[in-house]
Amino acid sequence: MPSTENQENANPNGPSIKIEGLNKWFGSFHVLRDINLDVNHGERIVVCGPSGSGKSTLIRCINRLEEHQEGKIVVDGFHLTNDLKQIDAVRSEVGMVFQSFNLFPHLTVLENCTLAPIWVRKQPKREAEAAAMEYLERVKIPEQANKFPGQLSGGQQQRVAIARSLCMKPKIMLFDEPTSALDPEMIKEVLDVMVDLAESGMTMLVVTHEMGFASQVADRVIFMDEGQIIEQNTPQEFFNNPQSDRTKLFLSQILSH
Amino acid sequence: MAVPSLIEWAFIKAQLSGDDRFACSEDGACWAWLDQRIGQFLYGLYPAKETWRINIAFVLLFPALAPWLIDNIPGKKWLRWYSIFYPFIAAWLLVGGWFGIIEGVTTNNLGGFALNLTVGLAGIVLSLPIGIMLALGRQSRLPLIRWFSVIFIETVRGVPLITLLFVSNILLPIFLPPDVALDAVIRVIIMVSAFASAYMAEVIRGGLQAIPKGQYEAASAMGLGYWQSMRLIILPQALKISIPGIVNTFIGLFKDTTLVIVIGLFDILGIANAMVSNPDWLGLSSETYVFVSLFFFAVCFSMSRYSMRLERKLDTDKR
Repeated sequence: MPSTENQENANPNGPSIKIEGLNKWFGSFHVLRDINLDVNHGERIVVCGPSGSGKSTLIRCINRLEEHQEGKIVVDGFHLTNDLKQIDAVRSEVGMVFQSFNLFPHLTVLENCTLAPIWVRKQPKREAEAAAMEYLERVKIPEQANKFPGQLSGGQQQRVAIARSLCMKPKIMLFDEPTSALDPEMIKEVLDVMVDLAESGMTMLVVTHEMGFASQVADRVIFMDEGQIIEQNTPQEFFNNPQSDRTKLFLSQILSH
Repeated sequence: MAVPSLIEWAFIKAQLSGDDRFACSEDGACWAWLDQRIGQFLYGLYPAKETWRINIAFVLLFPALAPWLIDNIPGKKWLRWYSIFYPFIAAWLLVGGWFGIIEGVTTNNLGGFALNLTVGLAGIVLSLPIGIMLALGRQSRLPLIRWFSVIFIETVRGVPLITLLFVSNILLPIFLPPDVALDAVIRVIIMVSAFASAYMAEVIRGGLQAIPKGQYEAASAMGLGYWQSMRLIILPQALKISIPGIVNTFIGLFKDTTLVIVIGLFDILGIANAMVSNPDWLGLSSETYVFVSLFFFAVCFSMSRYSMRLERKLDTDKR
């Protein structure tokens, strides 16, 4: 990435994502309160918390699917403001996986994967297809390349969605509750792919309730409640030695069964 | 039984030739007028020795439609280019006069079913893209574009087409340079297209609203811009959902071309009206209107069948 005058912190040792004093409101509802967060290159962060705590909104601010009203977000050296060029630059560097997959139903699996490389990265079609097949191999469904998303199971669709994001060769991957819409027997196949990705050194921010995944791969677990970061720690410390009462309550609720 | 007696009336007991209605019996249909009048029904008052031009324009229409309607057609790219020029070729054939090769025919003489087809096709071809732009415009974040779209759609959709055709004489010159006198057929095409576009916009807006928000978000998250998202992701899906409504609008538009009679053009229905009030053929309204209906039915039913085939082809949700 050539550095431009708008870029800050482009040096590889600086944080990959830098969030300072972030505040966001939905109407009069204060959804994010004073968030400060640095994410280092290659760091894997799991964000958890009760529903409505603002965790999805937080990661959606990182690729500007949500606008923030106060504070500073710098992603890979690009400042997120209303400047569309900066937003596009960030979006092509940041991959996102959604709870509801959001594959394009009118395109085949392969076309889903090659669309952005061809139209945003201006890659030749053949090159994009070859790369897409590699990523489909990596998520273990190359044989589905010519099917439509509607013909796949939920777990397969979510793996296609991951491959589709990877085709843009992102520097950062955001996961917004990637397994919440899946049947239990399909959760593992998606988590396996995510673990594999984590081990390859990708910078990842994952909103999830899969605490097994968190303790296995996360460098840091962030607990949010009512729009605030309540606690952040290594998985061991976070699970074995939670500091705040709210964290303890949350953990007791999700780990009790 | 209703159907056999209809067949008996229309074919078995029918009278096929004769100079006037007195040649026909009371029992069956009287088709004797066809021989004399078929030219008017097809071409209106277009000079008889020039009607070959309409026929050629009609034949040339098919290679222009083919690349848009048929998937695997050889030379698709070239046919698409040809189809862009087709409207100009057709206009030249119908009106003539330019370059002196073929003689000019005033468009007021263009009539019969040729007029319905001309206005209908032009309306269909224009109303779809204009409707799409209006539907997108109505959802635009830019107030100027949004307000223009809303005002256009609500005004045009809120009045009868007949009134639009009547006032096109007064309205259109306001938007045009002072010395441009608009041909009656062009005026009709503009008004019919505008009218259908307003309906089309709302049909497509319905389709757009059926697309889940996640599709927009996935497109944005990948770095696709507004026009790319619309063209590659949103519109293909929205238009697919809207096919029944779009074809419904096309069919309505095609039948509305019969309203040109109010500004003095003689389409096939106008010719029919003129004939049934002619003393030689008085009282033959059943035959005449059945005949006219067949033309509209053939076109509208084809559109309907084609759209059903298209829907099946585009159905990717086979679980």
